[in-house]
Amino acid sequence: MSLMEILMIVVPSTLLWAAPLVFTALGGIFSERSGVVNIGLEGLMVVGAFSAIVFNLTFVETFGSWTPWIAILVAMVAGAIFSILHAVAAITFRADHTVSGVAINLLSTGLTLFLVKLIYDKGETNIISKGFSKVDIPLLKDIPIIGKIFFQNTYWTSFLAIVVAIIVWYIVFKTPFGLRLRSVGEHPMAADTMGINVTKMRYLGVIISGAFGGIGGAVYAQSITSNFSHSTISGQGFMAMAAMIFGKWHPLGAMGAAIFFGFAQSISIIGSSLPFLKEIPSVYLLIAPYVLTIIALTGFIGRADAPKASGTHYIKGSR
Amino acid sequence: MKKRKIGMALSLVLAAGTLLGACGKSDDTSKEESKGGEKEKAFSVAMVTDVGGVDDKSFNQSAWEGLKKFGADNGLKKGKDGFDYVQSKSDADYSTNLNTLARQDFDLVFGIGFLMQGAVDEIAKQQKDHQFAIVDSEVDQPNVASILFKEQEASFLAGVAAAMTTKSNKIGFIGGVEGAVIERFEAGFVAGVKAAKPDAVVDIQYAGAFDKAELGQSISSKMYASGADVVFHAAGGTGVGLFKEANDLKKKDPSREIWAIGVDSDQANMGPDVVLTSALKRVDNAVIDISKKAKDGNFPGGEVALYGLAEDGVGLAPINDKVSNKADIDTAVNEWIEKIKSGAVKVPGTRDELKTFSAK
Repeated sequence: MSLMEILMIVVPSTLLWAAPLVFTALGGIFSERSGVVNIGLEGLMVVGAFSAIVFNLTFVETFGSWTPWIAILVAMVAGAIFSILHAVAAITFRADHTVSGVAINLLSTGLTLFLVKLIYDKGETNIISKGFSKVDIPLLKDIPIIGKIFFQNTYWTSFLAIVVAIIVWYIVFKTPFGLRLRSVGEHPMAADTMGINVTKMRYLGVIISGAFGGIGGAVYAQSITSNFSHSTISGQGFMAMAAMIFGKWHPLGAMGAAIFFGFAQSISIIGSSLPFLKEIPSVYLLIAPYVLTIIALTGFIGRADAPKASGTHYIKGSR
Repeated sequence: MKKRKIGMALSLVLAAGTLLGACGKSDDTSKEESKGGEKEKAFSVAMVTDVGGVDDKSFNQSAWEGLKKFGADNGLKKGKDGFDYVQSKSDADYSTNLNTLARQDFDLVFGIGFLMQGAVDEIAKQQKDHQFAIVDSEVDQPNVASILFKEQEASFLAGVAAAMTTKSNKIGFIGGVEGAVIERFEAGFVAGVKAAKPDAVVDIQYAGAFDKAELGQSISSKMYASGADVVFHAAGGTGVGLFKEANDLKKKDPSREIWAIGVDSDQANMGPDVVLTSALKRVDNAVIDISKKAKDGNFPGGEVALYGLAEDGVGLAPINDKVSNKADIDTAVNEWIEKIKSGAVKVPGTRDELKTFSAK
């Protein structure tokens, strides 16, 4: 295999794999930057995947090839609504963020599988007929070399994820809203004295994270599994959390980390066909992504500090 | 502080609700109790699913269909004193579920899947006067029948079909996690390919997981890109990615000839244009057979019951109508079935056996 052929396989599959993680990690950033730990990302992805697949199966006749895109919007709304549970428990009732997040994870799997059983009377849904499939991006695909590697046989969602990550970076670091969000997560009391409504900002942070988690789940289900079952989302939410921490709670960092995870995964797959890696027993290639992640986390990233007030409750008037 | 307590309580209720929701199954068995008790006790049989659940489109579902058929053939009703199943929500449920069913006096209790090996072993020791059977694994107890399959015979036929379909002479094999069962699939498949087309190459790769569709998709993407035109998976949920990739490629370029081969049950519905056939594992037939034997008093306790082509325990799903040389493939597959059934050809079940295998 030539280098070109290798890149033509590795790059699209890296991006495919990274896209749902990028969306979900961005969601995590909104929540944690506002000071609420959201371990329920996994559950929010489950809800997103479920609602996207059900919507897709039900309305594919009506919307045709636009179905997967509309399904993403539906999943976004579903994720946002579901995350309100977390927001109410963690912010208004001051429950422990981790406990409430775990509850979200448990509840979402139970609830969605129950609904699947109720709607379709079996353990998993059918395969959707219109998901995200491979495309050549118009115009860009004709760029020599780069076009072939990055813009052929790829998925729209991968590029959407990158664009959205840049937009989120702008929102979080360059707008008044972003500044307020961050201040609430760093020092809620100071923010409160400046007239920022801490509770409102935190609610917004959690709900936006729910929306992104929903998108992540929808993208995963519609571009990779094509159906919904108990194993559709198995750990991707936690991978996204890892990407968020790896990226130091920074949108572009999280995107880079997600892409790195995807890259490590693709390399472990393609490795068996590369001349210089062929002799390595396959088990080492299989663990490579995790080893690379550990090395990167411990060796090159340095300290990853969470937003200061992350995981704490803000009680007005208390010191 | 009061608010905080309410919050804690709310989270706890949420968590407890989901956990307890999982335990909801048991009440429909109690209703049947009063009816069945008076009659003379008929033969009854039950099964415990693994975490896959009873409609996993794989061996749990297949086993349950077998039980249902056995029940219908013998005039049994679903429930106690007939046939029934209990679904396991996690690995921790296996022992409890097996024990519950044994105590409800089912004559025979199936544990479905190799994940249950430990639990079956443990409960069989405790309930010595009950009969158990385990699918896909061996338990050495006098009251346990171990059901194993000759997966290599099914995948051998799939290999023949793949070799006769490929134009590029490159074929892919995606395995789930390395182990004895998947090795049987691999060895049989490679042997089948070699038997039908000696110069075809099989690219073998393991995903290291049974539930990671994205790995299946990336591996198959690599295989198709490097020239393979038929890919077989023995990887459960990971294999879903194979069908996604094949469907995507077909959609993008309908003239391209690429095929995917399914496993365990007929997976033709995963992609009518791309699924060539499926290597079938007839857990249902094995379950029916063991139940019958137990009913007639010939329960093979302490033995390994091996199901292959000859026992109708494995097979090949119909070849896709869109394949140009379907008739030829059917003829060839049937010839091989005869040869295997008659014992003229012994399909290798391990990589070592594969080395010495010759089809002629």
